Amino acid sequence: APGALSAGSARRSHAEPAEDGYAGERDGGGRLYPGHIPTSPLQKALLAAGSALVALADPYRHDMVAVLGETTGCLVLPNLRDKMRNDPEGSRILQERPRIRLSTLDVEGLRRLPDGTLGREYLRFLEDNKVSPDTRMPAKFVDDEELAYVIQRYREVHDLMHTLLGMPTNMLGEVVVKWFEAIQTGLPMCVLGAAFGPVRLSARKLQVLATELIPWAIRSGRSANCILNIYYEQRWEQTVASLREEIGIFPPP
Amino acid sequence: MAAAVCPCRALLGGRRRLLRAFTRGLAASKETHFGFQVVSEEEKGEKVYQVFENVAKKYDIMNDSMSLGMHRVWKDVLLHKMNPSPGTLLLDVAGGTGDIAFRFINYVRSVRERQLRQKLKHHQNLSWQEIADSYQEEAVKPLGDSQVVVCDINKEMLKVGRQKAQQLGYSEGLSWVVGNAEELPFGDEKFDVYTIAFGIRNVTHIDLALQEAYRVLKPGGRFLCLEFSQVNNPLLSRLYDLYSFQIIPVLGEIIAGDWKSYQYLVESIRRFPPQEEFKAMIEDAGFLKVDYQNLTSGIVAIHSGFKL
Repeated sequence: APGALSAGSARRSHAEPAEDGYAGERDGGGRLYPGHIPTSPLQKALLAAGSALVALADPYRHDMVAVLGETTGCLVLPNLRDKMRNDPEGSRILQERPRIRLSTLDVEGLRRLPDGTLGREYLRFLEDNKVSPDTRMPAKFVDDEELAYVIQRYREVHDLMHTLLGMPTNMLGEVVVKWFEAIQTGLPMCVLGAAFGPVRLSARKLQVLATELIPWAIRSGRSANCILNIYYEQRWEQTVASLREEIGIFPPP
Repeated sequence: MAAAVCPCRALLGGRRRLLRAFTRGLAASKETHFGFQVVSEEEKGEKVYQVFENVAKKYDIMNDSMSLGMHRVWKDVLLHKMNPSPGTLLLDVAGGTGDIAFRFINYVRSVRERQLRQKLKHHQNLSWQEIADSYQEEAVKPLGDSQVVVCDINKEMLKVGRQKAQQLGYSEGLSWVVGNAEELPFGDEKFDVYTIAFGIRNVTHIDLALQEAYRVLKPGGRFLCLEFSQVNNPLLSRLYDLYSFQIIPVLGEIIAGDWKSYQYLVESIRRFPPQEEFKAMIEDAGFLKVDYQNLTSGIVAIHSGFKL
């Protein structure tokens, strides 16, 4: 089952009206990128509070987790962007703005890659868990176009995190990934997810979580380089093990 | 900051936009408004359809949240004003999820019960058999031949309405028809009462909807419209604007996952003509004794007219 607090797997919960109105002048302006909805500070505060409550109450409202991330991330996103700017690979990503989409991925090519490579394992992950990178919610409430891309990239990279950490998309796996992401990015939404996610787990799973998985996630998160600075699309042939080593993620327990 | 809070900018830009549209458009279709946006008339119909398709499932819960339950009171007032008697044939246009229709059925049912009870009181010396027979009559015709036709252009809204009817146990005297308020699929002079609650502001050509209303009503029939209108109290008006533009889209995003539809909803309220202007439009369609009643300081108004 899809994990509760996986902001990275936030799905579109409805069909959006055909015209997104990026032609900013057409409807009164203020739009910085397609899908941008300008909001006042009051609205952001209300959205943050409301989405937090709903996300906790109804784990299947992935769109609420996404909204929570966008409305609370304003302090942290610039730091993430700077981390990307200060890294050669990261700044290339910021310039080229790659998007992970089924239409751009060479699915058959990935399938032909040997087992153990990033591409093959990523594809396996998508198929096993029946998820697709195309259902990511686009950013709506971030008021800076570059930061909107940064949070978008974070969401699209989330599935790759699952692959690198070897965690499935069930509740337990999602919480572990959240812990890792919380350490790595510092996004308040990840921190909240990491803190409140375990609330829904059984005692047995909680034990495994607390004794093995979380310490490992924390250690890896601390030692690893910034995960947003890896140009994954150019590394499909690299093996997962070597990529782990390069980034600094310890092998999963 | 929030472009949404200041409609003035959008309105000023509107003239420039229309000029551009004029120079751009050769046989360009006429433009109209979709909330604060300017769109062609065909586009408006499509966009409105999509809005209601998106919100259909959460329509009722959003109504309760946005109006803090007041919409129930407003609809009750509408029914009391209508005061239908058993045997009335009601057409509820843009009736979507059935709120007016269900209230109509309840009202008529209780009036009918009261009627039968009155009848019994006047015939104290009936035999037991005759009393039992009268109960039979009540069971067979609990609505007394009253009927309501719910007409809506949006299939999703009708679907939600039908499901609600099933859950709440309404079956008799209720029909669901897909139709466009500007071009109703009914013959002339068929209905006793025509209602449209919170629907007419979404119609592209309000005048056509009013003409159709006139056409399908029997002589002596009544037109009733419940719609958002202009607030007459300046302080309340400011609070209402603040609430509409700051809170309602946020509620839409949180509850229904759809900011844009609710942004459209609050903008469309501002676009709708004020009470007097709408009254004039109703009179233009041929209705007489047109009047309106403000509810909640004009947040909502009930317009009424007769085909005489």
